[in-house]
Amino acid sequence: MSDHNITLAEDAIERKTTTINLGPTHPATHGVFQNIMELDGERVVSSEQTVGYIHRAFEKLAERRPLYQITPITDRLNYCSSPINNMGWHLTCEKLLGVQTPKRVDYLRVIIMELARIADHLICNSIVGVDAGAFTGFLYVMQYRELIYEIYEEVCGSRLTTNIGRIGGFERNFTNTAFTKLEKFLKEYPVALGELESLLTRNRIFMERTIGGGPISAERALNYGFTGPNLRAAGVDYDVRVHSPYSSYEDFDFEIPVGKTGDNYDRFLVRNQEMWQSMRIIQQAYNKVQDFKGTDAEVYHADVPEYYLPKKEDVYTKMEALIWHFKIIMGEVDMPKGEVYQSVEGGNGELGFYMISDGGRTPFRLHFRRPCFIYYQAYPELVKDSMLSDAILTMSSLNLIAGELDA
Amino acid sequence: MAISNEYIQQKLTEKFGDQVFNFEDTYGMLCFEAPKELNLKVLQYLYDEPSLSFQFLTDLCAVNYPESANRELAVVYHLHNLVENIRLRFKVFTPVATPDVFTATQLFSSANWMERETYDFFGVNFVGHPNLKRILNVDEMDYFPLRKEYPLEDQTRIDKDDEMFGRG
Repeated sequence: MSDHNITLAEDAIERKTTTINLGPTHPATHGVFQNIMELDGERVVSSEQTVGYIHRAFEKLAERRPLYQITPITDRLNYCSSPINNMGWHLTCEKLLGVQTPKRVDYLRVIIMELARIADHLICNSIVGVDAGAFTGFLYVMQYRELIYEIYEEVCGSRLTTNIGRIGGFERNFTNTAFTKLEKFLKEYPVALGELESLLTRNRIFMERTIGGGPISAERALNYGFTGPNLRAAGVDYDVRVHSPYSSYEDFDFEIPVGKTGDNYDRFLVRNQEMWQSMRIIQQAYNKVQDFKGTDAEVYHADVPEYYLPKKEDVYTKMEALIWHFKIIMGEVDMPKGEVYQSVEGGNGELGFYMISDGGRTPFRLHFRRPCFIYYQAYPELVKDSMLSDAILTMSSLNLIAGELDA
Repeated sequence: MAISNEYIQQKLTEKFGDQVFNFEDTYGMLCFEAPKELNLKVLQYLYDEPSLSFQFLTDLCAVNYPESANRELAVVYHLHNLVENIRLRFKVFTPVATPDVFTATQLFSSANWMERETYDFFGVNFVGHPNLKRILNVDEMDYFPLRKEYPLEDQTRIDKDDEMFGRG
């Protein structure tokens, strides 16, 4: 038998790496993200992100807008969970203005915020499934996100960019239809979430694709400013809802799920568990809301005539109400001087609002702490030496939202 | 043992004397100032001192105060001690003519992009930053748009013939 092995001379074949351009518009990036990657075969040698493709200068715009005109801007940060951004913004304004919200308002807000968190995590986790090759889950859970959007619609009239709530409360009381829809969601969603989990959580292909992909240690995650589920997946139990409770989160009983390795699989598990916890919170909040009887059950906003629009029938019949309506819509109310930092637990991390008011009608400076802008920096470190297909999975499991990233 | 704002203030004054000043309590958050040359020393001390250990950089941004001479730009750090769960705000001011501030990237990896963003919008030159270039705006931009000298367009202007945007 002859020897078929081919022996090559030294340097006969050049070892070469390939540079590829992933994005800005690529079906696998789920948003406007560009990555320039240096590949050795299918292995990522190094990468660099380019951000800013949908930068809209929100911080500059906010310097010319009165408070209510900034709410629609916050919608467009993390648009998978707009209500959390809206509430966070209203909480910031309330902190500056010294507004105390009634308990019922807090509980209603908690319901909406937790619904938004579920909608956010649901998208992220089912997209992780899509990128691992399982499209079914994504299509299937969309109808349950639809149930959430119907509740938004019933409360504020819109679905994606919600502009929900007002300073001091909500624009109108929750209708009975809204509560019926909430009950329907509470009944149907756990079944669907259980099914999504049974599709993916112990699925061997899914596990082998996600375990060990894009891991980060707790130290590195903290140093990189990770927050939210991504930090918790690395094993740090930091949650704004517990550490700096807002909107009466201290009245609720829930757990903070944590992971261990900070890899794609842990991030997936943490988000799934958080959805179960959110269901618990919503159920508790709904029970608390139902405990209000008589006139207490009619309370849906605080008494802040300078910032809360008067009733429409008063606007049409009373001079004073008409004046306030005009002043609020045109933003002709001076704010107190001050500097506030208020943060909320957004869908993907700590969403902070740093507002400086010089006593004028618009903020002197408004800065958004956007969680994914801060943790996206770690991406090259997360995907170094991994396969290109795992790099894509890592990107979707980080829950990056382009609107928030670029502000 | 939970630490209080007074304790932090006392520790800082012990270490830096009157180099740290303008202590304020804004809506429960301790806020103070230091000369810009000391920013790294203060951050390092807050990071290393075991009873303080402010090891999480929540936020970094800048503010432009065009009226205050030689203090036109402020760099604002929001720090968080996650164990004791206490936050603080630390500011350094710099003249807009020489906007050089030391980078905090050696201490916090997260400062990298936040400093790039701050440079991009305010032109703060972070000395020692590994990759100080624009991040959200185009590289060709030759001004720093969030400074107050660039106001937003006056919406009542009529000199612009722009039918697309309803001004024609």
